[in-house]
Amino acid sequence: MKNLSIRLILIAVVALFIGVAHAGRPITIKGSDTMVILGQRWAEQYMNETPGQIIQVTGGGSGTGIAALINGTTDICAASRPMKPDEKLKLRDRFQTMGVEIPVAKDGLSVYLGEANVVKKLSLEQLKNIYLGTLTNWKQVGGKDATIVLYGRENSSGTYGFFKDNVLGGRDFSPRVQTLPGTAAVVNAVSKDPNGIGYGGAAYAKGVKDCAIAKDDKSPAILPTAVTVHDGTYPLWRYLFFYTRKKPAGDIKRFVDWTLSAKGQELATKVGYFPLK
Amino acid sequence: MTTGSRPLRPGHDAAAFRRHQILRENVIAWILRGCAFSAVAGLLLIVLFVFKEAWPILGDRVTQQEANLAGFFSQPLWQPVSETPKYGFTPLFAGTIKVVLVSMLFAVPIGVLAALFATEFASPRLREILKPCIELLAGIPSVVLGFFGLMVLASWLQPITHAPVRLNAFNAGIALGLGIIPTVFTVCEDALRAVPKSFREASLALGATPWQTAWNVALPAASAGVGAGVLLGLARAVGETMIVLMASGNAAITSGDVFDSARTFSATIAAELAEVVVGSPHYATLFFLGALLFLLTFFINVAAGAFVDRLRRKLAGA
Repeated sequence: MKNLSIRLILIAVVALFIGVAHAGRPITIKGSDTMVILGQRWAEQYMNETPGQIIQVTGGGSGTGIAALINGTTDICAASRPMKPDEKLKLRDRFQTMGVEIPVAKDGLSVYLGEANVVKKLSLEQLKNIYLGTLTNWKQVGGKDATIVLYGRENSSGTYGFFKDNVLGGRDFSPRVQTLPGTAAVVNAVSKDPNGIGYGGAAYAKGVKDCAIAKDDKSPAILPTAVTVHDGTYPLWRYLFFYTRKKPAGDIKRFVDWTLSAKGQELATKVGYFPLK
Repeated sequence: MTTGSRPLRPGHDAAAFRRHQILRENVIAWILRGCAFSAVAGLLLIVLFVFKEAWPILGDRVTQQEANLAGFFSQPLWQPVSETPKYGFTPLFAGTIKVVLVSMLFAVPIGVLAALFATEFASPRLREILKPCIELLAGIPSVVLGFFGLMVLASWLQPITHAPVRLNAFNAGIALGLGIIPTVFTVCEDALRAVPKSFREASLALGATPWQTAWNVALPAASAGVGAGVLLGLARAVGETMIVLMASGNAAITSGDVFDSARTFSATIAAELAEVVVGSPHYATLFFLGALLFLLTFFINVAAGAFVDRLRRKLAGA
């Protein structure tokens, strides 16, 4: 009897090991909060199609993800901004690699205006000066005589960082910017405020209109659409990246390749982002 | 239950039973004691944690280079995410004062007068309806009040106040006031009810009208309780986060105009703590703000307790 039970336990243990080995190591993705939903959808769909493969997705922000990549605690880092040179240096010190950057989708940033606003287009320079607080009246940009009411995101938001880097050139927002929790709140505020202006993801605009943006005074103003974000004529867009320490191989390569496939890119479009090609 | 209520059988060892009973009583007493002190331990741990995380502001040189006490009070701007981070408390202080002032000016008269009406003028039946209704207001989650402020109240108030921005300190103050009215009302009502009936009978017998009795006799007699209600309301107003975060616009500007946007201490912590780098100067600064807020509400609560004590002694002595 005793012998039999020991044998049974042994068999169970061996079976467990075989099972785990067969399932493969889980892939971890950590980083950008903007990309959490995207990563989760990709992971769900991929796990459905690939039984036994486990993918864990966590947020925390692009910076957190890159730190995890450097510390070796995540396989893939999701980032809504490119890695900074000093981050690459840290990675080289630890792993003798500069990291591999894989653009996985595009993200567009809309500038929202009240639907009744006569202003329909702004140049990047005008937009910058509006948010720096040097242009304060709509008549300075071709609108009626009314104070511009600025809406934005909290400084913890990646969208805040993107706007600061790409529109304000890294300078500080005017202190008059009203910061609201979440893009939906920004859209809501602008929809109720005829003199308001706000920014956020392209997928959110409801009850407000998108502002057409011109690169400079000479170029035409472009509205954000799937086509213009896609071909890059709309100036406010960014790549979303996956970073790995070395060239992806095995399970990780299969997953990354899948996200770049037609199926993965279609899913990205469904979640509100834009495909690479 | 069964062992306790079972009658002693003849020949039962009464001493053993007694020992067993004492042991049981002791165990129960210890469990209750544990529950009571777990709350105290929780409080102590939270306080320790907040002050420990805020400590680098006072005791760590690297943190002090970026965020320090002198900067908090001399720097005019709050721009923690910047090439050169600026941690000026002035705009946050101005914002907090504005919002709290508006909410108190709105909530205190309404709360106190409603309590006066409920105790002195309303028929018992009306009071039975009025009291639960006002107290129900306290049950509305503050995030719902905040959302109401953001979506509905702001649209109502702007055409009346002609404020240049839709979300401003006035709007947040009114929404916050709605959250404070029940606190002020409940404490004031209790205090007014504790005023002995003989006070009012004496006043009426001397020919005073009901209003004169309410205003000149009942309210002064309950003044300490009213003070406590106001202070408890104030403590809640200072610490309340969600309503202000949603309804005030959160622009960190130093302005005395209540129709301008405002950013308060509590809303700043709520908005920024979620994604700040742990251990950074920004993180320590937010905890420092939290510690200040804790001390402020702590002293307000202590003062409110002192007021209640005074009321109790005054009425007992009368």
